[in-house]
Amino acid sequence: MDLYEYQGRDLFERHGLPVLAGGVATTPEEARAIAERLGGRVVVKAQVKVGGRGKAGGVKLAEGAEETVARSTDILGMDIKGHTVHKVMITVTADVAEEYYFSYLLDRANRTFLCIASVAGGMDIEQVAAETPDKVVKAPIDAVKGVDEAKAREIVTAANFPAEVADQVVDVAVGLWKAFVAEDATLVEVNPLAKTGDGKLLLLDAKITLDENAGFRHPDHEALVDQASVDPLEQAAKSKDLNYVKLDGEVGIIGNGAGLVMSTLDVVAYAGERHGGVKPANFLDIGGGASAAVMANGLEIVLSDPAVKSVFVNVFGGITACDAVANGIVQALDLLKQRGEEVTKPLVVRLDGNNAEAGRAILDDANNPLIQRVDTMDGAAERAAELAAAGV
Amino acid sequence: MAIWLTKDSKVIVQGMTGSEGSKHTKRMLAAGTNVVGGVNPRKAGTTVDFDGTELPVFASVADAMKSTGADVTVIFVPPQFTKGAVVEAIDAGIDLAVVITEGVPVHDTAAFWAYNVAKGEQTRIIGPNCPGIASPGASNAGIIPADITGSGRIGLVSKSGTLTYQMMYELRDIGFSTCVGIGGDPIIGTTHIDALAAFEADPETDAIVMIGEIGGDAEERAAEFIKANVTKPVVGYIAGFTAPPGKTMGHAGAIISGSAGTADAKKEALEAVGVKVGKTPTETAKLMREIMSGR
Repeated sequence: MDLYEYQGRDLFERHGLPVLAGGVATTPEEARAIAERLGGRVVVKAQVKVGGRGKAGGVKLAEGAEETVARSTDILGMDIKGHTVHKVMITVTADVAEEYYFSYLLDRANRTFLCIASVAGGMDIEQVAAETPDKVVKAPIDAVKGVDEAKAREIVTAANFPAEVADQVVDVAVGLWKAFVAEDATLVEVNPLAKTGDGKLLLLDAKITLDENAGFRHPDHEALVDQASVDPLEQAAKSKDLNYVKLDGEVGIIGNGAGLVMSTLDVVAYAGERHGGVKPANFLDIGGGASAAVMANGLEIVLSDPAVKSVFVNVFGGITACDAVANGIVQALDLLKQRGEEVTKPLVVRLDGNNAEAGRAILDDANNPLIQRVDTMDGAAERAAELAAAGV
Repeated sequence: MAIWLTKDSKVIVQGMTGSEGSKHTKRMLAAGTNVVGGVNPRKAGTTVDFDGTELPVFASVADAMKSTGADVTVIFVPPQFTKGAVVEAIDAGIDLAVVITEGVPVHDTAAFWAYNVAKGEQTRIIGPNCPGIASPGASNAGIIPADITGSGRIGLVSKSGTLTYQMMYELRDIGFSTCVGIGGDPIIGTTHIDALAAFEADPETDAIVMIGEIGGDAEERAAEFIKANVTKPVVGYIAGFTAPPGKTMGHAGAIISGSAGTADAKKEALEAVGVKVGKTPTETAKLMREIMSGR
């Protein structure tokens, strides 16, 4: 889960890291209250999870409460690269003398964590690394030993931080690591890490990603999810424990296993190239079990997407035998009928693997005109795309 | 002979008394796996009956190894306890730990991996969030269905469970030496490269199928490894060409970050070193069939 800048600022503050005083507002009136509390000159920043806010006019200075209200009114509701601004962060201003860069992130290739530090901050670090690689330090972090003062000093020395801020950067490096571990983050990026005119360090921006797998030890993380920006279908799926991602095509997809479902999306997209350019409408992994109830919930979610014209159910019977899956599909259609949500769109079903013959026989015996059985994945994708194209 | 798991492997199950653990212990036994016991400190000293096979429960991995000579452990404990279970297996010095559990925090995986490295990597870790490893006809450690295919001379390494099963099914008439599901998490113990190296060295494997998916650059690094070290034919498949950036596609590690981790980049990297990459699982199986029919 990616956090908004204001959530990152709050998180840093909670962990005792130096940030600018501020708050977040969803209305100009809330912005006024924050400006009055902070006093003097403030920065109003659009809260969107996309870069280039400044250029788009989403970051403005304001002098006093009235100007803060005016700038917040301008920015709230603005569209920045397809993201609507629902919140603004208001902070006091900083007198920035120098800008540095500091981050911790997951290093998948080396199966550990990585620290990236640079005295050239305030710009895209990948660009800095490409143009002046000697200004960027990449230090692997041992996941067991972590970052203590000695490790932090090693990084600070290697990155050539100026002597007058070295001790402060060491403190930030240790504190930031503690926050990274305590919050189960997979990324904390501070760009810029600023030195003010009076020589103090400040974490001026926050880019944070939290590990959703660690949710069980962070009940407070749930509140960080921005419900307003979650797709309503994805939200409904999540409440039913379904792994669903909304896409923008016409062929609904249900399958078992993440890899097989990803593969199904691809195969449908290839087939779509031959059938009016139809595309997969969603990713939905119903897991190994594939019981009737789970299948019914899955079908309900997929069919409630008005863009869906046909559905491709692609199941490989591994642990669950295909006859059980076939019964699940037939029962799911009955279940939906009982719930008053009778299915009217065609279902292309491909069953393979364990007990495939028995499963196919059950589908045939059900004699439901909506169910079309195709026995190969490629053939079924072709059929589902064709039906979607015909229904568009 | 297969890789890492043979008919001589003695398997214990951490979490054997839990619902998933007991269900799959039964299946592993039915597949002919030599399961010799389980671990649960609260039930140590008792036995569990699996359709007539009485398996002892031990207090620790170390106890189980001492009493049974076990060299493989399959871990089914919930995510909260997975790190502890793997660390215990590493401390006991077991050869192979297969971590089935899905939903393990990545800080926990990074920590047990670092711990394993510090201990000299005596334990091979497969997973987490993986279906396990199967050497058809010999042994099965994990949840891969044992009846899809018989033994043969193809090696398979895959990030995905069901795509593994699909590929085993497509090529079931030819058969497999060993199928390894390495899992779809951002940090995993055994990588594509580890499996490629083992298959290259295995005299009973003639050709290798490698299945990858979006996220990270493991497939690109595997391509470099193939170029320098693998002489056996390799056929590849990558899932997720149509996945949108920034969205996690089921597996925690299956995410395109910015422009990194795309299926196109992985396919190009593999093709650049001479690996034939199928457009669909079926086409991939066909490519492998062509290779095997020439032998």
